[in-house]
Amino acid sequence: MDRIPILKLGRALLVTIQVDMHDRLATALEEDLSAKIVASGARGVLIDISGLDLVDSFMGRMLDNIAAVSRMLDAETVVVGMRPAVAITLVELGLELSGVKTALNVERGMALIQTRLTETGLEDADLGEDGP
Amino acid sequence: MSDGTARMREWLEVHETEIIAAWTKKLKDSSGHGTGRLGDAELDGQCRSFMAALRRAIAHNGTNDIDGEAYAPVRELLSDMSQTRALQGFSPSETATFVFSLKDPLFALIQKELASDPVAGLNEIWRLSTLLDKLGLFTTEAYQRSREEVIVRQQQEIAELSTPVVKLWAGVLALPLIGILDSTRTQVVMETLLQAIVDQGADIAIIDITGVPTVDTLVAQHLLKTIAAARLMGADCIISGIRPQIAQTMVHLGVELSVVSKASLADAFALALRRTGRTVTALKTPA
Repeated sequence: MDRIPILKLGRALLVTIQVDMHDRLATALEEDLSAKIVASGARGVLIDISGLDLVDSFMGRMLDNIAAVSRMLDAETVVVGMRPAVAITLVELGLELSGVKTALNVERGMALIQTRLTETGLEDADLGEDGP
Repeated sequence: MSDGTARMREWLEVHETEIIAAWTKKLKDSSGHGTGRLGDAELDGQCRSFMAALRRAIAHNGTNDIDGEAYAPVRELLSDMSQTRALQGFSPSETATFVFSLKDPLFALIQKELASDPVAGLNEIWRLSTLLDKLGLFTTEAYQRSREEVIVRQQQEIAELSTPVVKLWAGVLALPLIGILDSTRTQVVMETLLQAIVDQGADIAIIDITGVPTVDTLVAQHLLKTIAAARLMGADCIISGIRPQIAQTMVHLGVELSVVSKASLADAFALALRRTGRTVTALKTPA
């Protein structure tokens, strides 16, 4: 069964969604991601959806779910790279993803997470395996 | 029937010049054609080609079926003419008069030719009158159609003109909205704004509604949709230019825009600059 790869970038995790999501893939991603957040002590999750040009209400709910789970584990979710057509579709569907932060691209999303780390003073915190 | 057609065709052929002369004279006398919008030569040309086409059509297919193949050149001629006249500012009656005024010379001709047989003359007049009425109605319809095309085109032009996205600073866009905000325009506004956000990598979009005459619950909903879509793209929106009366109406209606709003575009721009870590200062202190 294929899974969506989760990459670690400093204190953030990067998930790039390029294929159509279906139920099982989404559940697997949720499980993998929550395990990885705990294991790596990540403080931010970047979900890059620039490869998607079709979304439905299921996709919108999945993003909301992931954000809620991550928030519970003290990691902030940033959805990046949404295409204009996708944004319009989501708004028309009434899914405004109010629990999720957004950014134009991965770079800016990363900056957003970095800012949060700096603000909370966690930038250089000792973190077990990641520490000196 | 074919008797009548043959007779009619013969008359039209023999008397063409005098019919056209009488017709053009009638047209020039009637109002609308003497105002210089249409030159004499142009009118003559139109009359001549219409007569020729009508003669050929009657010869082919009698006077009954103006939707048929034989009348295609006549129809084409009439629609071209109505279109031109609609653009030149003729009124519908002036345009239809072109066809209807052909009745005078033709009826006079029939009366003269069939003076000895009034019943046959009446029949001919009846048939011709029906034909010319149909053609006249066709002219009016063509006129109407071209006017409608003009209206649709203008609507599109207005929609495009009224949704510019302006770059105020690197990463700061402004969207001055002017006019009524309905769902069609909201769609255009949204698409233009989101595309501009992608193209310019903007962080902040200022939506200025100084030019929006009324804000009711529907317009507010459209605004909120646009703002939500922009947020999904990672850009923050600031609303500016809410006029005092509109602010009062909105509060009375219970409409709440849960976004940052500023009274003027200048205030919104200052806020946008501050958020992007910039500030505007005077070069030197005034004396």
